[in-house]
Amino acid sequence: MLLGVSIFVFSLTRMAGDPAAAYNQSDRPLSEAARNAINERYHLNDPVYVQYFYWLEGVIGGDWGYSPTARLPVTEAIGKFFPATFELTMISILIAIVIGIALGTISAVRRDTPADHATRIMALSGVSLPVFWLGLMLQFIFGFSLKWLPLDGRYDTNLSLLAGNRIHEYTGFRLIDTILNGNWTMFGDAFLHIILPAITLSFGTIAIVTRIMRSSMLEVMNLDYVRTARSKGLPERLVIRKHARRNAMIPTTTVIGLSFGGLLSGAVLTESIFSWPGLGRWSASATLSNDWNAILGFTLLAAFIYVVVNLAVDVLYAYLDPRVRLE
Amino acid sequence: MVDESAGNEKRRLFRDTIRLLRKSLQPRLREFRFSLFLMRKSLLALIGLIIVIAMVLLAIFAPVLAPPRPNADPMQIPRDYELPKPPGAGGHLLGTGLLGADMYYGIIWGSRTSITISLFVVVTATVIGLFLGAVSGYYGGAIDEILMRVTDIFLSIPGLILAMAVAAVLTRSLENIMLALTVVWWPPYARLVRGQVLSVRESTFVEAARAVGAKRSRILFRHIVPNSLAPIIVNMTMDFGVVVLVAAGLSYIGFGAPAGSAEWGKMVSDGQEWFLSTTVYNGQEYNPWWMVTFPGLMIFVFVMGFNLLGDGLRDIMDPRLRR
Repeated sequence: MLLGVSIFVFSLTRMAGDPAAAYNQSDRPLSEAARNAINERYHLNDPVYVQYFYWLEGVIGGDWGYSPTARLPVTEAIGKFFPATFELTMISILIAIVIGIALGTISAVRRDTPADHATRIMALSGVSLPVFWLGLMLQFIFGFSLKWLPLDGRYDTNLSLLAGNRIHEYTGFRLIDTILNGNWTMFGDAFLHIILPAITLSFGTIAIVTRIMRSSMLEVMNLDYVRTARSKGLPERLVIRKHARRNAMIPTTTVIGLSFGGLLSGAVLTESIFSWPGLGRWSASATLSNDWNAILGFTLLAAFIYVVVNLAVDVLYAYLDPRVRLE
Repeated sequence: MVDESAGNEKRRLFRDTIRLLRKSLQPRLREFRFSLFLMRKSLLALIGLIIVIAMVLLAIFAPVLAPPRPNADPMQIPRDYELPKPPGAGGHLLGTGLLGADMYYGIIWGSRTSITISLFVVVTATVIGLFLGAVSGYYGGAIDEILMRVTDIFLSIPGLILAMAVAAVLTRSLENIMLALTVVWWPPYARLVRGQVLSVRESTFVEAARAVGAKRSRILFRHIVPNSLAPIIVNMTMDFGVVVLVAAGLSYIGFGAPAGSAEWGKMVSDGQEWFLSTTVYNGQEYNPWWMVTFPGLMIFVFVMGFNLLGDGLRDIMDPRLRR
């Protein structure tokens, strides 16, 4: 499937004019001689399908081309931007799981009460809210008017300079690195910076998780084993927590896995708003300036993540649902 | 004499046809009325319907509500090239935005842009998906295998990123945004239709049609497809909103609508340039909150309306939940 994706995106990018310009590492336009040299070196004079095989050979060998927007080779750019996006996505998905499951459970247990209606309306508005608008509004209210939280970026540059850049990057994840360095001021700073983008990004996923959790809880609550649990006199709290919710978690897991793609899309917008130095912001600026190698790079990466996540969901499924394991 | 009886014959035939027609339409009419009744019972779906109707009316009566300047492109917001003004100032009901663009005008005409985009994308995607999905589900075999692997490829790239990649290849315009979104939108429909066709294919009425000797294509498009439409219609309704959401996102990043267009996503991104600074009007300072707030709110209400309606329709159209 990854091969299919690569063929599709490759032909897409080759359809649009001048691939040689993508290899231009300076700001000046290419001279005729340089263009010919590049065409020769990257086999751009050959027919497209031959080009594809040369390109594929490069990709497998770790040469993904050069990205002018990042001023780095694509592989290095991905390595540089990926941790920021991964950190943001993980925090958001954590928020979404905790809040989504709680809201979904409440909504299903107190069906048709005001609490249920409120949750349903919230879930519907969650999938209707434009991510970029929500981000801007949060930024305006909490960052600009109330000044509770920083406006944008991943950390305070002044604070970072005061620390003399003595933060050693072990993992690239700011929250973990600052702890490993034992610098609590900078950890707090990084934490404050991630709050608004994480909330913005998680909002849509909260809605999706809430919705699926509610419907699968409603389904499970009518099943025999829940009735059995109730009739043997277990307190309602335990019935919900141990019997109903565990089983309702199975479809929810799938949805959480699938929502990764949505989070990557959302990251493009969220990172652009909050100047978050991650893959999303890079991909937005790369597509706008026709940086073909970068476009190819992150579409392939996105497809790769999709495949990996699907695999992980399947494995998790077997862990959660013994019926799958036994088959 | 002969003529008269022939006329009578004709008239009787006509009357019979009408009667037959009315009789055959009656159960459908009854079901339709029942649908309306169910609709009225579900408050949220009703609110959704009202929002949707309001948006359509807004788009239809845009020239009356916000008359464009003579000899100007109505999709371009008129500007006065001054600093942004707060709502109510100088005859601008919702204030002005970047280069003094009238927010009220943009809000009204933006509904046209949104409805055009979603109508084009959803209808085209459905037609493509309906055809490919039906063929794939009904004939099976190699066709099915190839088509489904192709949809796999499209589905494995997140929608916005795929749309961005396609839009990058094309030139920047609203039409190309629609094209890019259609490329993203057809595969889920093909999947949905295929699943429906697979489940309907085995039902008794299809077997009956086959027994009578109907052609394969006739069975597929006269019997199977119409009977698998319900979930597709629900999906279409919701997608009317979602398409606008993604299109606005693309506009916000910088694809699509040219500068100064009456397009809500573009208006939000225009407003962002002024968002965290101050403007002066009549000697008073303002943070131009209105530039981002109003168009964003319109996107939200638009999408919410279609989502509410779709959610309600799901309950109404599902025969198991219906009664």
